[in-house]
Amino acid sequence: MLGWELPPHNSGGLGVACFNMAKALSNQGADIDFVVPYQAKHPNTKFMHVLNATNLDPIHRYGGGAYTTAHLFDEIIPDLKDENLVSIREVQQEYCNYVEKYLLTNEKPDVIHAHDWLTYEAGIMAKKEFNVPLIAHVHATEFDRAGMHVGNPLIHEVEYEGLMQADRIIAVSETTKRIIHEKYHIPLSKIDVVYNSLDESYEVEDYSFNDKTYQYIESLKDQGYTIVSTVGRFTIQKGLPGLLRAASLAISKNNKLIFIFAGDGEERNSLIELTADLGISKNVIFTGFIRGKKLRDIYSLTDIFVMSSISEPFGLTALEAAHHGDVLILANQSGVSEIIWSALKYDFWDKKKLADEILSVAENPALKNSLKKNIKKEYHKISWDKVAKKCLKVYNEAMKHKGID
Amino acid sequence: MRAICLYLHIHQPIRYREYSIFDVGNDSNYYNDSFDSRQSNERIFKKVAEKSYHPMLNLLEANLIKHPEFKFSLSITGTWLEQAEVYDPELISQIKRMVDTGQVEIVGETFYHSLAFFHNTDEFEQQVAMHATAIKRLFNVTPQVFRNTELAYNDELAHWADSKGYTTILAEGWDKILDWRSPNHVYKPAGCQNLKLLLKNYRLSDDIAFRFSNRGWSEWPLTVPKYLSWLKDDCLRGNLINLFMDFETFGEHQWKDTGIFDFMNQLISDWLTEYENKFVTVSEAAKLEAPQDGISMPETITWADTERDLSAWNSNSMQKSAMEELYSLREKILSTQDNRLISDWRHLTTSDHPYAMCTKYWHDGDVHAYFSAYASPYEAFMYFMNVLRDLEFRIGKA
Repeated sequence: MLGWELPPHNSGGLGVACFNMAKALSNQGADIDFVVPYQAKHPNTKFMHVLNATNLDPIHRYGGGAYTTAHLFDEIIPDLKDENLVSIREVQQEYCNYVEKYLLTNEKPDVIHAHDWLTYEAGIMAKKEFNVPLIAHVHATEFDRAGMHVGNPLIHEVEYEGLMQADRIIAVSETTKRIIHEKYHIPLSKIDVVYNSLDESYEVEDYSFNDKTYQYIESLKDQGYTIVSTVGRFTIQKGLPGLLRAASLAISKNNKLIFIFAGDGEERNSLIELTADLGISKNVIFTGFIRGKKLRDIYSLTDIFVMSSISEPFGLTALEAAHHGDVLILANQSGVSEIIWSALKYDFWDKKKLADEILSVAENPALKNSLKKNIKKEYHKISWDKVAKKCLKVYNEAMKHKGID
Repeated sequence: MRAICLYLHIHQPIRYREYSIFDVGNDSNYYNDSFDSRQSNERIFKKVAEKSYHPMLNLLEANLIKHPEFKFSLSITGTWLEQAEVYDPELISQIKRMVDTGQVEIVGETFYHSLAFFHNTDEFEQQVAMHATAIKRLFNVTPQVFRNTELAYNDELAHWADSKGYTTILAEGWDKILDWRSPNHVYKPAGCQNLKLLLKNYRLSDDIAFRFSNRGWSEWPLTVPKYLSWLKDDCLRGNLINLFMDFETFGEHQWKDTGIFDFMNQLISDWLTEYENKFVTVSEAAKLEAPQDGISMPETITWADTERDLSAWNSNSMQKSAMEELYSLREKILSTQDNRLISDWRHLTTSDHPYAMCTKYWHDGDVHAYFSAYASPYEAFMYFMNVLRDLEFRIGKA
């Protein structure tokens, strides 16, 4: 398996998904070597071999160039040698070299399962040089990250090449499958959809919500306010200006609504500005970046969780919110909306409908309670076991495709 | 003598559109959406007319002419009649011609296809009276036999029908109630004076209505000779076979290419080739024999789902609160004496609306088995409640 991160050295959902998937696959009898582009210890990964492709610290896996100048970098980590200041392309090249060396010295694997564009070049090399069946797993495309606008042309090229060369492709949703087909012209028959599941530890983790922690919000709730929230990076992909405009519409009918925007990102300042322009600053709270217990607290305080993304390959935060008993309102352009039925849905551009849905939940206890009750029954219907079974099926197809039994 | 009592139920609701909270107080058009929209009543009615109403009525009329012994019964809801009068009046003329032959009987029910009996007796009686008036105006007959919406039946309803002078009432022939008894006889509802009870033979009815095109069914394909042999076998436990089903079975639930029309056409002819076989209307069926037994159904039985109860309409909190709020407006609505307002309110009593809010099977995600004009039960509820808000707003202005 070719990946870019594993917990605890992960920056987002990719590492968590890879970890859970590998664990479930190993439970089903798969023997996994997992290559990461950095040097670090990974606890709880006894079920597979984690291989370190470089000597880099995990923080440099996207390359030094992702940060500012060498000078500034020098100040942060003075003992860092110049030759370590590499770009992401160089990290990828190193990663590729490592995989090549691995294939020369080890028994050839039955399949290579490569996660996202970062690892595709290594996967393509393995397929071309060593004739190993390649499975490209798409957690997100560059089109998603760019909010369906044109993204980085280099990334598009790598993505395109990886998808073309792959024997089979796994997409995390029908939405993603459609994008792969429409933007990269890959035949639908080559793509299988395998949804993600909620992190297992998320459900068993010891957490309890203390309703005395956030007395201001609690007092608002006592006065009949409804708390609407969204969680994520403030990037163009997340469709947050649309959510703010819908909020403004909803508040014009009912001002007992509080909108919590949890997260941070390049759109933060413009979102704050837009909030002021719309005259709803009193109803909107920006928390900044949060994780762990605080994030769970936000979910716990929330009545309605909105996923407003313009394009969301899956949308794991919706399942987390459901775990904490929130009502879900999901953009139809999210993968998670394909598998969740007990939720309200809308098209990301339809601000009036989103406002309608928020107001209906806020004002009809029967609707709110039905949605809360029913989502509890279905949010964990996709298990990692099912994910692993589907992956194994895809492996078999890819091997057949290569004439291997 | 063996008799088939064929009774077809013909209905289309008038659906409310995706009525936004931002329309409340500004726009009181709830029921007329653009032709291409998901809730366009006109589009849906015309589609079903083409696929089902026209071909099936033609088939039935041809058989009435060809076989003077062929008979059947129809229940037609007021909301269907309202739409047919606007979108396809020829359908009504054709039914009128068929009723005039004396071979077709019309069954009474509520005008709005509502479950008002379980919410408000006065409203229920008014809707039944409205329906009788409409049937008299269009077909010049007065129903003597009663069926409640969704065949929802209990002892109390039987007593009501008995006291109103109906001769016969229809219900589901559910095993749990019948026990060892067969649905192929005439019964008397417990405690009633003159009323007779006819029970749906659900196995033989559902063979046509639900299983006909199911390729996973061990008896597929269902042929006329096979079905005729089942009918004759079933007559060993009583000579009256009550085949009750939706009219839309023919052409809409079972598409033309399944062979459903040919099947029915041949079934009618082939059944009549044996001299002891005949067709009867519901009134005639009730007179075939003296009631065999008294039957009591204290709990409400319907023809829906495996539960055969009202849970598809009133089990979740959205359905309950929607109906509660709806019926709580009744006195205020009627006191306005504003006919437009009253009619808008009454159209909300149609049972299809709370049915669209049913979540019983929703989280299974079996969206294909789920026929609804709305994206989800939750949206159906949302828009319904918004319409109620506007009605309240209009009461305040009236």
